[in-house]
Amino acid sequence: MRDPVRFLRRVAVAAALACAPLAAHAETPVKGGTLTAIIQPEPPMLVMGLNQQAPTQTVAGKIYESLLTYNFDLSPRPSLAKSWEVSADGLTYTFRLQEGVKWHDGAPFSAEDVLFSFKTFLPETHPRARALFGRAESIEAPDAATVVIKLKEPFPAFLQAFEVSTTPIMPKHVYEGTDFRANPKNATPIGTGPFMLDKWEKGSYIRLVANPHYWQAGKPYLKDIYFKIIPDAASRALALENGDVMQSQYNDIEPFDVARLAKLPNLTMTKKGYEFVAPLMWLELNTRVAPLDDKRFRQAMMFAIDREFVRDKIWFGLGRVATGPINSVTKYYDPNVPKYPYDPKKAIALLDEMGLKPGANGVRATIKFLPLPYGETWQRLGEYVKQALGKVGVAVELESTDAAGWGKREANWDFDVTGNFLYQYADPSIGVSRTYLSSNIRKGVMFSNTMGYANPEVDRLFEAAAKENDAAKRQEMYSQVQKLIVEDVPVAWMLEMEFPTLLNTRVHDAVTTAIGVNETYADAWVSPK
Amino acid sequence: MNRDFLHAFARNKGAVLGLAIVGAVILVALAADLLFPASPWEMAGAPFGRPLADGMLMGTDMLGRDIASGVAHGARVSLLIGLASTLAAVAIGVLLGAVAGYYGGRLDDLLMRFTELFQTIPNFVLVVVIVAIFTPSLVSIVVAIALVSWAPLARLVRGEFLSLRSREFVQAAITCGQGDATIIFRQILPNCMSPIIVSASLMVATAILLESSLSFLGLGDPNAMSWGFMVGSARTVLRQAWWMCFFPGFAILLTVLGLNLIGEGLNDAFNPRLRRKRKA
Repeated sequence: MRDPVRFLRRVAVAAALACAPLAAHAETPVKGGTLTAIIQPEPPMLVMGLNQQAPTQTVAGKIYESLLTYNFDLSPRPSLAKSWEVSADGLTYTFRLQEGVKWHDGAPFSAEDVLFSFKTFLPETHPRARALFGRAESIEAPDAATVVIKLKEPFPAFLQAFEVSTTPIMPKHVYEGTDFRANPKNATPIGTGPFMLDKWEKGSYIRLVANPHYWQAGKPYLKDIYFKIIPDAASRALALENGDVMQSQYNDIEPFDVARLAKLPNLTMTKKGYEFVAPLMWLELNTRVAPLDDKRFRQAMMFAIDREFVRDKIWFGLGRVATGPINSVTKYYDPNVPKYPYDPKKAIALLDEMGLKPGANGVRATIKFLPLPYGETWQRLGEYVKQALGKVGVAVELESTDAAGWGKREANWDFDVTGNFLYQYADPSIGVSRTYLSSNIRKGVMFSNTMGYANPEVDRLFEAAAKENDAAKRQEMYSQVQKLIVEDVPVAWMLEMEFPTLLNTRVHDAVTTAIGVNETYADAWVSPK
Repeated sequence: MNRDFLHAFARNKGAVLGLAIVGAVILVALAADLLFPASPWEMAGAPFGRPLADGMLMGTDMLGRDIASGVAHGARVSLLIGLASTLAAVAIGVLLGAVAGYYGGRLDDLLMRFTELFQTIPNFVLVVVIVAIFTPSLVSIVVAIALVSWAPLARLVRGEFLSLRSREFVQAAITCGQGDATIIFRQILPNCMSPIIVSASLMVATAILLESSLSFLGLGDPNAMSWGFMVGSARTVLRQAWWMCFFPGFAILLTVLGLNLIGEGLNDAFNPRLRRKRKA
């Protein structure tokens, strides 16, 4: 209870959670409903171990499962593992598996499948799995229902890694000894989840049907799920409006349309279910380039930009003003950091102090801004930043590029300022430190420390915290590191992004965990018309 | 001839209307800095302001920028790009067309195949590709539009030269010992000015439309306020705020209509046979 605000928010969340199930459970789940949802863009394939793009996760999350899933506060809860223990030294993780689990083709599931996934399949196919399981000294199965993982050194974030898109359990009997990517069975994905692929009409829809042998007796409640592919944004809004589809997620609905749709009587909107990814948006500042190499200039930028305007007028209220490098829904967030309220006078004072006096045309310095080419909302951000910094005498020249060009320029440090956002994956040692560690200044690698930021104390704290078993000590280190980074402003944090999930009022118990729409939907149900 | 021409042009009511519209647009473009001294990017009012609210004639856009100011400053960009790219296209088209038509033979074949190369690629696709490669800026947009617009003009000028070069006055000039360059520019070119002027006036209109389409797609110069950009950025909020698209869209419509009317009028006025028919 160091922080009353956070505590109050938790209480509020808990209260809301307590009330929501009450309202829902007033009605008992009805079996046999059909859910229709938007999927956009069309996923390239549905084998989660081979592809983890956002739309793949949403569909394949119903087909595959991992050992755990996560509550809204990111604490683990059972999935294929019914219980788990972490040894006191933080080195040994023991998972006990559910019993009576069968693959979609009827073959029994066992600890052998888990070993195959963690040791063979995922390290070969998954971008993050090799580093993750590289931390393991050994991965063993003492019996068919137990998996024991021994780490080389403590890594408390390890328990956050057993989410379905990070570590989906793949069937050993289907893939062992084959070329994983060319396996003909990839067309008919076989998982342990509550839904099985029935039909995929390319360009039109994907139909999943209930798995009759699902290990949770009596579930799923839904008879089937249709994922409809609707490429046009206006058509998606219309389909939700008139009830053709019952669910949209992520960026399916344009920000300016969300408030209008959320008000309709047949729709509800929730921003929950994105805590695991927890995207944070910022302006990436190339600290190798003058005048961005001066901390005072970067602080002046923070004071000169009205981030409430950015949230309300550009993102139409979807987001929270960010306080620093860790998203407030990610673990070890600390709000007690230096604050940068909108204060152009302070910005001017800092620029004056630096000796950047306005020239004859009122310009103190000129910088270039490369907006993220992900649509016009990001373009608006560029236009706003240009005006806001123009007011304090910093001229901004807008550049433009396409998505591929942007990636190349970001990775190769070819920018002054650019917009960006990164997922945090529940724990700072997974999704936050990669942006600020000086060891992660790697030319040519996207989403690394492209700013060229180096602070030895920040490096030390991040490295120590990643190995610290004691949660209180970890929090202390992360609190310190947040203060240091916020003081240095290596990136200008804008918003903690929020995504809206719009659901038809007939849909119940869909968003119940921190992975939201990527959850299995074993508990989801649809009430009759 | 001159009085005749003006007379014929003035008789065409549409042409006069077009001239009035384009004149007004030019005036607004010239006076933009006086009418709206602040930058059109300046967030001058509350976002989503309706027309006439807060003293904003045409309302504000989603970031609170004055639409009237954007329309006035956008006129500059549109006219600038329209005129500059047309001038460049005319220069290329006339030069290649004149050389091909005057000399004929192998050179003609070569130049015309080259011209056809540009004619076979859809204009807009080529513009998009060129601008995307050279990154959007006023210069790259002018160059791209000029590059896709000169081909039809080159063919037109070649045709005129082919028919004029066998006329007596050209034969006479050759007999007098005038050089090729003199004959091309002093003798033949002045005699085919009328179709060039007519098609150039229409090219300005096409260039303005091309620039607007580019900006609409987000391929405009990100530092220049233009009509196409205003329509493109506001189309997503059309259901909430019609005025953001309407005023710049209407400005495009009026300007292009005005230029087309002028082009029609010039065509009629330059074409003596048509003129006589009207008189009769």
